[in-house]
Amino acid sequence: MSTQQVLFDAVGPKARRRVMILTIVSILVTLGLLILAYAQFYQSGQLAPSKWAEFKQSSTWRYLLKAFGNTALAALGAGAIALPLGLFLALGRLADAKLVRWPCTAVIELLRSVPLLLIIYIFVSALPPYGINPDVFWKLVIPIGLCSGATIAEVFRAGILALPKGQTEAAIAVGLTPAQAFRLVVFPQSVRIVLPALIAQVVILLKDTTLGYVVSYGELQQSGKVLVASTGHLVQTYLIITIVYIGMNIVISNAASAIDRRMSRRRAGVAGPAPQDATERQLSTIA
Amino acid sequence: MDILLTKYLGTFGEGLWVTAQFTVVGFIGSMILGVVLATFRISPVAYLRAVGLIFVEIFRNVPLVSLLILVVYGLPEIGITIDYLPSVMIAMILVGASFACEVFRTGINAIPSGQVEAGRAIGLGFFGVLREIVFPQATRAMVQPIVTLFIGILLSSSLAGVVGVMDLTAQVSFINNKEALGLVTFLVAAVIYATIALGAGAVGARLETRLRVLR
Repeated sequence: MSTQQVLFDAVGPKARRRVMILTIVSILVTLGLLILAYAQFYQSGQLAPSKWAEFKQSSTWRYLLKAFGNTALAALGAGAIALPLGLFLALGRLADAKLVRWPCTAVIELLRSVPLLLIIYIFVSALPPYGINPDVFWKLVIPIGLCSGATIAEVFRAGILALPKGQTEAAIAVGLTPAQAFRLVVFPQSVRIVLPALIAQVVILLKDTTLGYVVSYGELQQSGKVLVASTGHLVQTYLIITIVYIGMNIVISNAASAIDRRMSRRRAGVAGPAPQDATERQLSTIA
Repeated sequence: MDILLTKYLGTFGEGLWVTAQFTVVGFIGSMILGVVLATFRISPVAYLRAVGLIFVEIFRNVPLVSLLILVVYGLPEIGITIDYLPSVMIAMILVGASFACEVFRTGINAIPSGQVEAGRAIGLGFFGVLREIVFPQATRAMVQPIVTLFIGILLSSSLAGVVGVMDLTAQVSFINNKEALGLVTFLVAAVIYATIALGAGAVGARLETRLRVLR
């Protein structure tokens, strides 16, 4: 049982009145804010039907759907880079040999403490003079993959460390080599532990792809810019796009925490520390 | 490299100053609003709990780029004109606070419920339990997540450049577009960011050891 249900008594008659008053006051405050927002929209003429006209046409939605396809493609591409890179860096950081451990640690720490946008700028304007000039898709996807790879490395590492040491010891005791022990015993179990975190990482990837707006890659946010340039309906277009992102991400993050809850219930009897909370993992990339 | 020092030291400084403002104001603002939201989310008032939940769900899942564009370019369109810097700060605080709220909430939930029950048994009320029992213990568990949040806010402040505010990242890109100095300019910025982020991490680690209670 969580603490929050214990923090207050089952409310008595006096407290019930207080709760009632607070509820009414806060409902009034939120209502007031909503009315104020509505008034601002109304007075500035943003609610005029003509300003929303293009969203009644299916061609607009087809265009946005195509843009969303590009968003998904970029997220997928970045994930395809981040997953193997993350696993590689995690194993490197956990290696016994200092010559492997230190560089991997350094790469992880560096990538986790430099803004993604800076790395994107490096790919956009610093590397082309050196002859490295990939397609704009890769200028967006490679930096996202690098940053996300470092985060995923820490996720994998936490998952591997969360597994009781006895698992490896038992595997070696029955005659497996350390590599086999990892591949057959440790890795499959660790993946299950970190699965919710990996799903939550998808939200971060999707958020990161909005930087296509900067490099002019035709994903959702950038397509919004193109739409605004032709219609001039800035508030409407960006509002709709932002709501799409929020809805999509809410679905994914709730799926991740649902799986997390289910697995921690199943884990309840087993010893070993629980991995980090899903929220905490997301923090480093709140963008 | 020389030209970086002589001609653009000031530009770097300006960018760093903007980034520092975003980070500090964004962090403090997020913490304050985060405490308010966390109080909402654990309060006995069901309506406030719902408000807190909706707020957190929205702003934890919105891409900061989208929000920045809406706040900086969208608000003037509906007749609310705010300066560039405060607009960016507002967007950063909205997002940061929703994460801060979750940090506080998980920190509070990590306290064994027996602790709270004991506090209530000796006659402490909701705020009494929070102040005397939950908060002192939760702070210890929250040091590391708060440091992570600080680093996240520092890094996300770079997105201000997307809406045309000249922070460190934007200035660096600007210098590079003018002088084409190659990687050097970007590496200097990367070192600055990494120093602040890793420094914050080190401070957090020290703080955690100092706050640790041996049981």
